[in-house]
Amino acid sequence: MRRRRTSSGIMTVSAVAYAVTVFLLLPTILIIPMSFGPDRYLHFPPNGFTLHWYAEFFADPEWVDSTLFSLRIAVLTMIVATVVGTLVSLALVRGRLPGKSLFELLVVGPVIVPNIALAIAMFLVFDRLRLTGTTVGFVVAHTALALPFVIFTLLASLYRFDADLERAALSCGAGPLRAFFHVTLPLIAPGVVSAALFAFIISFDEPVISFFISDLDHKSLPRKMFEDIDYNISPTLAAVATMLTGLTLLALTAGHFLRRGMSRS
Amino acid sequence: MTKRPTSFTLGGRTYSPAASLLLATPFILVMILAFLLPLFTLLHESLSVPKFNLDNYARVFDQEVYLRVMLRTLRISALVTIAALLLGYPLAWLIARSRGLLLGLLLIAVLLPLWTSVLVRTYAWLVLLQRNGVVNQILTALGLVDAPVQFLYTEGAVVLAMSHVLLPFMVLPLYAALRGIPDDYMRAAQVLGAGGFAAFRHVVLPLTLPGVASGCLMVFLLALGFFVTPALVGGPQQMMLATLVQQQVTELLDWPFSGAIIGVLLAFVLCLVLIFNRLIRLDRFVGQV
Repeated sequence: MRRRRTSSGIMTVSAVAYAVTVFLLLPTILIIPMSFGPDRYLHFPPNGFTLHWYAEFFADPEWVDSTLFSLRIAVLTMIVATVVGTLVSLALVRGRLPGKSLFELLVVGPVIVPNIALAIAMFLVFDRLRLTGTTVGFVVAHTALALPFVIFTLLASLYRFDADLERAALSCGAGPLRAFFHVTLPLIAPGVVSAALFAFIISFDEPVISFFISDLDHKSLPRKMFEDIDYNISPTLAAVATMLTGLTLLALTAGHFLRRGMSRS
Repeated sequence: MTKRPTSFTLGGRTYSPAASLLLATPFILVMILAFLLPLFTLLHESLSVPKFNLDNYARVFDQEVYLRVMLRTLRISALVTIAALLLGYPLAWLIARSRGLLLGLLLIAVLLPLWTSVLVRTYAWLVLLQRNGVVNQILTALGLVDAPVQFLYTEGAVVLAMSHVLLPFMVLPLYAALRGIPDDYMRAAQVLGAGGFAAFRHVVLPLTLPGVASGCLMVFLLALGFFVTPALVGGPQQMMLATLVQQQVTELLDWPFSGAIIGVLLAFVLCLVLIFNRLIRLDRFVGQV
């Protein structure tokens, strides 16, 4: 009697959990077939098949420019955040850093402070420094946002491997640089790849700070999407949404296989 | 990081203090330019313009319009946190029980939305909930309603879309907490005569409270300052704090007052983090005894 009640309880909770999974995925997935529909008003199921909205995206210089701008910022942010993050992680784990608890506080800062607060504050200062709408402004802002995730990922990698390996290299006569590039970096490479991918996605999809530090000629893709959603919901957005979902899936899969390949070799 | 308080020295010390500081210098520069200097400047502005006093802060609490926005922000954030907890717990529980392919698929189901642009997910809700959107199309086709229902620009829509967008931040800490419980605990409780629910209530639930606390804190904090989803799915009647600040800045260029609103938000967030931090530590302590 008791066993049957238990298992029916488990079945109910499982059913709820599967329903939540559907709720989590369905809205984004529904957009994909609708982006191929011919009507100006999105229909489900779509009344036909066309690539018209994709063509419209690539024919519109505003969409293309903002996408290229965001790509450039995301690639630069990825490089800067990964390098800066790796250096400070090494100092935190392998160094004798004065005032370490202050650093720990600073690392979690951008996670705890709401994005809107950072965005308004950056808008004020970047406006005075004439950094709004500039590549430098965007890359610095997005690097600050990405750093906590980069550093957490790298700290986890650095803790996981044996520091004796590094010390062995040092005592065998390798300098700190040589020890880093020949021993440490290969061992933490999977973590570095994850961190870099995180930084790329965080920058490429970042909507709040981009909203405020964009200017008329230099808009990030999220800022352009925000305007279009607010003023004219056209099916081109469905095409953009579909491509972005595909890109995210690609990045997650690439990260998974890269990490697996590296930890094997 | 919190789990290994002494581990910063665990890995041996390859670099001297001077070398360590040198390695940390780029990080310090980025954080000064994009974090410390902006926040300091904005808060300084809120306290010193037009004069050095608390007038800007008094204005936040004086006028009913602003108070109402703040109370609404608290209410919506609380509702979103509760909804995410109720939806997230069963899912986290299922993931923690799963193995192999199912585990992988369920994790992707949580991680894909987490890393998909907030704008994409918000746009999806607009498409679903519009007057001529998918939900209204289905309701009309089934004959359940005669005229399209107004879903958008209601508080319900804001809570629904925000719960959806923030759900992964609840599921992941809950999953981590549930995965840490050995299967034997549940079995031991059942052998000792506890039914499924009693075993859950007395064994599993107390052990996952730190996870519940950190998931709720994460979702509530993100909801308090959430900009994109409420701005697009809600209307003027559902205005939350972030949209209020945006209007003050982009339309009225009122930096000192915006700074005061941000100052109130930051003070509230910091208090929450400090209180919760203590709570989570206490729970861990109790759990270990």
